[in-house]
Amino acid sequence: MTATPILEMRGIDKSFGPVQVLRQVDFTANAGEVTALVGDNGAGKSTLVKCVGGIYPIDSGDYLFDGKPVTVHSPRDASSLGVEIVYQDLALCENLDIVQNMFLGRERTRGIVLDEPTMEKMASETLDRLSVRTVKSIRQLVASLSGGQRQTVAIAKAVLWNSKVVILDEPTAALGVAQTAQVLELVRQLADNGLAVVLISHNMNDVFAVADQIACLYLGRMAAQVKATDVTYSQVVELITAGRSGDLGLQAAAVAAAGNGNGSHDAGVTDLGDMNGAQ
Amino acid sequence: MTALQTPPGRTEVPGSTSRSLGEHARDYVGRIRGGDMGSLPALAGLIVLCIVFGVMRPVFFSDINFANLFTQGSQVVLIAMGLVFVLLLGEIDLSAGFASGVCGAIMAILLTNENWGWYLAIPAAIVTGVIIGVVLGVLVAKVGIPSFVVTLAAFLAFQGLVLLLLTGGKNISINDPFTVGIEKDNLPPWLGWVLLIVCVVGYAGVQLNRVRSRRSRGLAVDPLSLIAIKVGALAVAGAIAVYFLNQERAINPAFHSLKGIPNVVPLIVVLLLVWTFVLSRTTFGRHIYAVGGSKEAARRAGINVDRIRISSFVICSGMAAFGGIVAVSRANSVDPNTGGSNILLYAVGAAVIGGTSLFGGKGRVIDAVIGGAVVAVIDNGMGLMGYSAGTKYIVTGVVLLLAAGVDALSRRRAAASGLR
Repeated sequence: MTATPILEMRGIDKSFGPVQVLRQVDFTANAGEVTALVGDNGAGKSTLVKCVGGIYPIDSGDYLFDGKPVTVHSPRDASSLGVEIVYQDLALCENLDIVQNMFLGRERTRGIVLDEPTMEKMASETLDRLSVRTVKSIRQLVASLSGGQRQTVAIAKAVLWNSKVVILDEPTAALGVAQTAQVLELVRQLADNGLAVVLISHNMNDVFAVADQIACLYLGRMAAQVKATDVTYSQVVELITAGRSGDLGLQAAAVAAAGNGNGSHDAGVTDLGDMNGAQ
Repeated sequence: MTALQTPPGRTEVPGSTSRSLGEHARDYVGRIRGGDMGSLPALAGLIVLCIVFGVMRPVFFSDINFANLFTQGSQVVLIAMGLVFVLLLGEIDLSAGFASGVCGAIMAILLTNENWGWYLAIPAAIVTGVIIGVVLGVLVAKVGIPSFVVTLAAFLAFQGLVLLLLTGGKNISINDPFTVGIEKDNLPPWLGWVLLIVCVVGYAGVQLNRVRSRRSRGLAVDPLSLIAIKVGALAVAGAIAVYFLNQERAINPAFHSLKGIPNVVPLIVVLLLVWTFVLSRTTFGRHIYAVGGSKEAARRAGINVDRIRISSFVICSGMAAFGGIVAVSRANSVDPNTGGSNILLYAVGAAVIGGTSLFGGKGRVIDAVIGGAVVAVIDNGMGLMGYSAGTKYIVTGVVLLLAAGVDALSRRRAAASGLR
């Protein structure tokens, strides 16, 4: 395993008014690995990701990037660190082609003129590097692409900028079987290229197909972050639904505290996120 | 990872193969059948209309009428070119017609009442247009009033403003030779040929330079035969136009010779080139298309959406100012109806007929010129046939509806075939 995780969140607290959404959450992502982030609806997955992406400021806790503490106040800060998030609703312009979408907002120019050849070249190299073979021409309009191809474009757009951490929010939620396989292959390819990939998913098959680590949120607490090979399918489901599974997960007291939603967060937080450090 | 095998099928590397002329032709036909028709219906309609009018009224093809088409259509074309920017965002500017009237009135007042030179009065008119655009843009983008309502209110208000400027609707005539000459005078015939050669050589140069720079990076290039066809078509069409415009069209040439390209044509060509460059070759233009395609995607890409929306309204009203200048030049005067009546609807019609979508995200500046030609030909031809203004309005309205219908239907068809 790598010595320092590229991304480490330590003891993150986040509340919106009186509602505390994240309590003392620890989370790490290593370069070259796929870390799946799972949890039931409302467990805090999206909030955690938005804190990482700089959309929400964190109330307290440490944000470490490459071992060094950093402060991230805006999405711009996050992308300058090399953290990119691909949201579920992709946000692509259908009336533009693949190259134009990949460079949207960050166009290459020579003087005031768009440098189309350079952009086309870079886009095509990025797609090659990701072994994308499913698009006919990179000058196709995004409107003509299938859901899986659009996901591919959105992911390629995120990795075009030498990003180090790519966070994918339910990339396969709206896809069919074959397209899901394509996207998962791409996810694996990203990690094999040395990126840290965080995969948010509700689909356990997807998680076990590609993830190296599984981090499970339960009602705003990190129930556990474990190696995918160390847990079974049903253990992960228990972690998602009950916050614990045998020795794994939150202690009974913490589960109860999280369950009634207003327990103080120093009461018996012994989540096994630390297990990760022991491995 | 047994589940993760590469799906079978398409394995070509994206975008690295150059295609032949035949493949380009097949591709083009495929795009048209898929609903992405661009300016094709307008060009086809233009040819059919010209033949119909030419057969029924031979005077339609006379040199003087040919030149008239350009001067008659210029105000509509200039306003439509600006409207394309607003339409690209999926917005509308109903006030562009009377905005051109306001700008024209300002120019006429400065020229005649205040005795300013044209070199001050014309920029003042354009600045007026820009200020109008800023106000409209801020109301739409920052305050958040729908553009339809903002510009409908402005339509009414500007109509009143023209009346006030002309103090109760008096007619102000101008006699500044330069300003009048925009529409009334022509280029010397030799200059017309020189400009045509410059345009054709410049176009060929841009195309070949593009091939060279793409080839040096190992990217797909258009076949030279396709470029030759495009350049050839431009040269032939331009030569025909210049030849006929250079014919003597005065009834009594000894008294006052009348030949050459009307001055307004190079004005339109220059503005067409500038705005086409801005839309297709600059970051700003790319961002206009992006905002028109998806505001949310543009915002997340870090594009300042409000700035893009305001600038589009500024360009639209600024171009309306050019339209007003040309209208005043053509009429020798300004009256409360300059830029009124059907001008705005003709301009919206021109942009839409030319292939700019009312739904945003699709369109080019040349659409305004092609659509403007259709509108001018209908107006001119039906006038020659002796139809009343009432019939002309109805026919133009039907054509606009037809164009908007083609736009909506082709959009549906394209959605079905996955092109848009």
